[in-house]
Amino acid sequence: MNNIVVLLPVLIPFVAGVILIFFKNFSTIQRTISGLAAFILLFSSVFLTYHVYQDGILTLEAGNWSAPFGIIFVADLFAGLMTILSGIVGVACLFFAYKTIHKDREKFYFYPFYFFLLTGVNGAFLTGDIFNLFVFFEVMLISSYILIVMGGTKYQLRESFKYVVINIFASALFLIALAFLYSLTGTLNFAHLAQRIAEAEQTGVFNVVAILLLIVFAMKAALFPLYFWLPNSYYGPPTAIAAIFGGLLTKVGVYAIFRVFTLVFIHNIDFTHSVILFLAGATMFVGILGAVAKFDFRHILSYQIISHVGYMIMGLALFTPYAIAGAIFYIAHDMIVKTSLFLYAGVTQKITGTTDLTKMGGLLRTYPLLGWLFFISAIALAGIPPLSGFFGKFAMIVAGLDQGQYIIVFISLLVGLLTLYSMIRIFIYVFWGEPKIENDKDNPVKIMPLLLPIIPLAALTIAMGVFAEPIFSFSMEIAEQLLDPSQYIESVFKE
Amino acid sequence: MKTNYLMLHTITRIVTFIILSFSIYLFFAGHNSPGGGFIGGLMMASGLILLYLSFDLKTIKRVLPFDYSTLIATGLLIALLTGFNGLLFGDPFLTQYFDYFELPILGEVELTTALPFDLGVFIVVVAITLLIILTIAEDDS
Repeated sequence: MNNIVVLLPVLIPFVAGVILIFFKNFSTIQRTISGLAAFILLFSSVFLTYHVYQDGILTLEAGNWSAPFGIIFVADLFAGLMTILSGIVGVACLFFAYKTIHKDREKFYFYPFYFFLLTGVNGAFLTGDIFNLFVFFEVMLISSYILIVMGGTKYQLRESFKYVVINIFASALFLIALAFLYSLTGTLNFAHLAQRIAEAEQTGVFNVVAILLLIVFAMKAALFPLYFWLPNSYYGPPTAIAAIFGGLLTKVGVYAIFRVFTLVFIHNIDFTHSVILFLAGATMFVGILGAVAKFDFRHILSYQIISHVGYMIMGLALFTPYAIAGAIFYIAHDMIVKTSLFLYAGVTQKITGTTDLTKMGGLLRTYPLLGWLFFISAIALAGIPPLSGFFGKFAMIVAGLDQGQYIIVFISLLVGLLTLYSMIRIFIYVFWGEPKIENDKDNPVKIMPLLLPIIPLAALTIAMGVFAEPIFSFSMEIAEQLLDPSQYIESVFKE
Repeated sequence: MKTNYLMLHTITRIVTFIILSFSIYLFFAGHNSPGGGFIGGLMMASGLILLYLSFDLKTIKRVLPFDYSTLIATGLLIALLTGFNGLLFGDPFLTQYFDYFELPILGEVELTTALPFDLGVFIVVVAITLLIILTIAEDDS
């Protein structure tokens, strides 16, 4: 069997990153290669997902060593969708970076590490083995350490030091949890783990490991109470980097939680998934409080990331096909909208020179297109129909009501309202009122090149709302595949 | 005061040879017995660092005029490309092949495609180690 297509979303950015190192001093060549590579990457992810959709789950046994001994890559529909999303976010942020990244940063290997980051992210999505999940997490994190500190301003150095420390701690904990798991089951292959844990007696030790892994992934996904590192560390780096971090990195943690708690630890749902439900509610609520309290564009967005991770986890915790489909729809929506919101923050920062809301104002008069595009993304995030945010939330809330989980439903509705409030507040402060910067009207900043990567994202947001029906039925298929681990296991152990 | 480095220089000249040849031995011993690209690369890097320590940076830079970051990329590329050779024969990524050949002088030798992969690792390890240490060393002045 030769399913190289499974590995393409990992190999393409890896090869591209390596080749880009050779051209570190040639800006134009770097841009050409990276642009091409990003589009090929997106195309290969779409191709992979189409393949999976047609033929069922695909696997690749690296080096021809069969499962459970070798390294397995598994592409199911969920992983395929996530690679498509990371491709979209990757292309958008790359094209934004062309216009905004400083020449010095380009020379210091911005593009190679950008692609190594994508390698790690896609690898984490496609790996079929929890140890390689750790490895790809590390690939992703090491690249992110470099991207987050790139430029070396004092603020960046201070905040990224915390980022590095907390992530190294999380990685150590991850390794400990893996050692625990291996000593209990004798395997680290996802499919094999799922089999063995299903056969084993459900003792409390499995809960310990499950919670250890949950802590690790919660740290990456910025769940309550382990979100404290996120707002400040995403504040420092340039917009393009903050946008790809905001769009992608926390979702990798969310993906890992989904993978582990739909495939491996599904035998003590009363315990594990009620912990997750509690975390979901707390994350949503605390995150949105932060967003409401802050007066800085980027800080608000960072807290919105935290709050909306809560929604995704809520879908998992309810653990019905409908709720999980809603959560998957929501992940897709959130990755696209969050990235575009960070990019808007970059554009307004370019125009006004600040991210402080109180110092901006009146941009709607000079830049109407920017204003209305932002308005679309903002109300999409808040979940106003017919935009993309509504349908995922709606499905999860309906599922929550069916299950009688009224508290979480109440919290999620309240958080939706507060999201709307905080987004509209940004809109009012930034775009209404009198322009606070002089000579604004006579020579407006040319923002059209900056808007180019944003417009497709905004269009996608609208399209996801308008064509919610087919996309939701696709999410429903993903959810059913996730909730039926036997499909995953059988595809790994074919014989 | 001019310090006399005679001892260090003399010993380094001899010891470096031993270290470097042992590192190459380790590299070829790899993949079936203890050794391999990583450990061989580390040992070669330590030999080179000994050279940097006993002579000064400028002299060695003249002897080894490599741009280490390009070397890292070269090594990565070699390792990656050997991964693709499985595809030529319809096998998965990273499949390795081996066979036994009669070579002049050496006699029967096992040649594997793991060797170029290891060579890539070897180059990456040497280049990264030296790059890190030299960056820290140059920072000082």
